[in-house]
Amino acid sequence: MPAHKNILSVFRRELGGYFNSPLAYVFIIIFILFAMGFAFLLGGFIERQEADLSASFFQFHPWLFMILGPAVGMRMWSEENRLGTSELLLTMPISPWTAIVGKFLAACVVLLAGLVLTFPIVITVEYLGDPDYGTIWAGYIGSFLIGAATLAVTSVISAFTRSQVVCLIVSVFVCFLLTLIGIPPLIEFVRDLGLGGLASFLQGSSFYENYDDPRQGLIRMQNLVYFLSVITFCLFATSVVIRARRA
Amino acid sequence: MIEVTNLTKTFGPKTAVDDLSFSVKKGEVLGFLGPNGAGKSTTMRMVTGYIPATKGTIRIGGVDIEADPNAAKFKIGYLPENAPLYEDMTVAGFIGFCAEMRGLFGADRDKAVDKAIETTFLQPVRNQSVDTLSKGYRHRTCLAQSIVHDPEILILDEPTDGLDPNQKHEVRSLIKRMGETKAIIFSTHILEEVEAACSRAIIIDRGRVVADGTPNDLKAKSSKAGNVHITIGAEADVARAALAANPAVGSVTPTESSNPGFSAELCPAKKTQTGELAAAVANLCGEKGWTLSELHQVEGRLDDVFREITRPDTEAA
Ligand SMILES: Nc1ncnc2c1ncn2[C@@H]1O[C@H](COP(=O)(O)OP(=O)(O)OP(=O)(O)O)[C@@H](O)[C@H]1O
Ligand SMILES: [Mg+2]
Repeated sequence: MPAHKNILSVFRRELGGYFNSPLAYVFIIIFILFAMGFAFLLGGFIERQEADLSASFFQFHPWLFMILGPAVGMRMWSEENRLGTSELLLTMPISPWTAIVGKFLAACVVLLAGLVLTFPIVITVEYLGDPDYGTIWAGYIGSFLIGAATLAVTSVISAFTRSQVVCLIVSVFVCFLLTLIGIPPLIEFVRDLGLGGLASFLQGSSFYENYDDPRQGLIRMQNLVYFLSVITFCLFATSVVIRARRA
Repeated sequence: MIEVTNLTKTFGPKTAVDDLSFSVKKGEVLGFLGPNGAGKSTTMRMVTGYIPATKGTIRIGGVDIEADPNAAKFKIGYLPENAPLYEDMTVAGFIGFCAEMRGLFGADRDKAVDKAIETTFLQPVRNQSVDTLSKGYRHRTCLAQSIVHDPEILILDEPTDGLDPNQKHEVRSLIKRMGETKAIIFSTHILEEVEAACSRAIIIDRGRVVADGTPNDLKAKSSKAGNVHITIGAEADVARAALAANPAVGSVTPTESSNPGFSAELCPAKKTQTGELAAAVANLCGEKGWTLSELHQVEGRLDDVFREITRPDTEAA
């Protein structure tokens, strides 16, 4: 049986779940409010008078997704575990991958909807000056990748538990760590301790560092590879956890 | 169709299913009986491929479920215990989703959904959201899901749980009807259901099969099976003494009766000698000139058998 059709079925079902409940709308509204609010209030978007979004707007996305990504993704498997529907889903003649990927993609679409709806800020920079659209695109792609990575992390955590709240708290913590290990003050500190190797390693494996170039308009291969590996690894780990829980 | 051999499942130190073997052929309805915690649901979860077996093999239509899970799962319809449902869907949406998971798309899916809804009498709630359904309707929605793809094999964990008497009756006849062309396993705590719908029943206790046979075979295992119930027009003490003295009579247990006279349940001296016992009673009445107003053989009841061969939970520890 063609797996893509079943992925699509799961995807549609999950998307229905997001948009038939307040979750998707709440996420989108909160995301837009915070993304815009940070840009104007903390990012000094107006004062800068620059047709550039990297410092004012995109800079805050890792911190937003660290909380909002898990909030969107927390229902992925914990809800299945709580309702017992995993017993239905996993006795269907589909591979668990089908369900894992379908759910992940649906959550990504919710996230994407939030990102797309921040377009007014792009219109504003267009009004302020002559923005470099390549840079803006890179920023959006990087931001989406970091969001998708938080969702993938949440996917694994949600497979462990039947409680969405537990999943949310643990996922936020993990995403927070993955971001934090790359921030410049920490890296400086570790370097000063004479642990240069560790510093580079932490930096290279952090959300923060791998987002830094895309945010400023440069998507490098290593950043792409990094995010795609995080996502693949987490989805694979989800399948392992699901299998282990049943045994 | 379903062949289970030496199936064992342990959870840590606890053995939930212990060396279970059975098979179900096409056209058979197998009833699973057993006290709470006997391992019925655990067995079903293994047969449907939800949890792996610790030991033993399960073959579904000739396919080993470990070797090719999807081919095996494809043949099965499953109603899990407690009928789990996606709360955020409508009834028709949910059944349609399950049909798609089973490989039915487009017009095929719509036709299958309509048929399943009709079979399980869900028309009135067709477009209602699952989270607002009553318990019986929830159960029927999940049942509809299990038959939507017209599977060769049906595994139903307590399919009549929470249904009203009319629906219980409908579901039993549905199981019986489908049983003619499918292989069905269903578990239940309602023993009449076994007589009404099963061609064979297994009683499981603490993970082991303790009885296996047709409902009639099982009933015959009751210690009461073969007893004779009588009412005779005579003084109670006199009749009782005379009966007890008869060599064909094993024991006399007086019973309440609305008929005038002496009523009792007689146990034959030897288990199989019900005929001799009845003849002896008739002769005795003839000799003494008593009227014999009632004489019939007591049929074993399944719940007697059930209680006799499964130890209650309270004793387990
Ligand atoms: N995931 C699990 N972890 C540990 N023990 C389990 C697990 N699942 C079932 N058990 C144990 O296995 C035993 C059998 O449980 P099962 O659910 O199969 O019983 P059952 O026959 O379906 O009972 P009921 O009539 O109450 O539905 C029980 O003692 C139960 O506690
Ligand atoms: Mg059970």
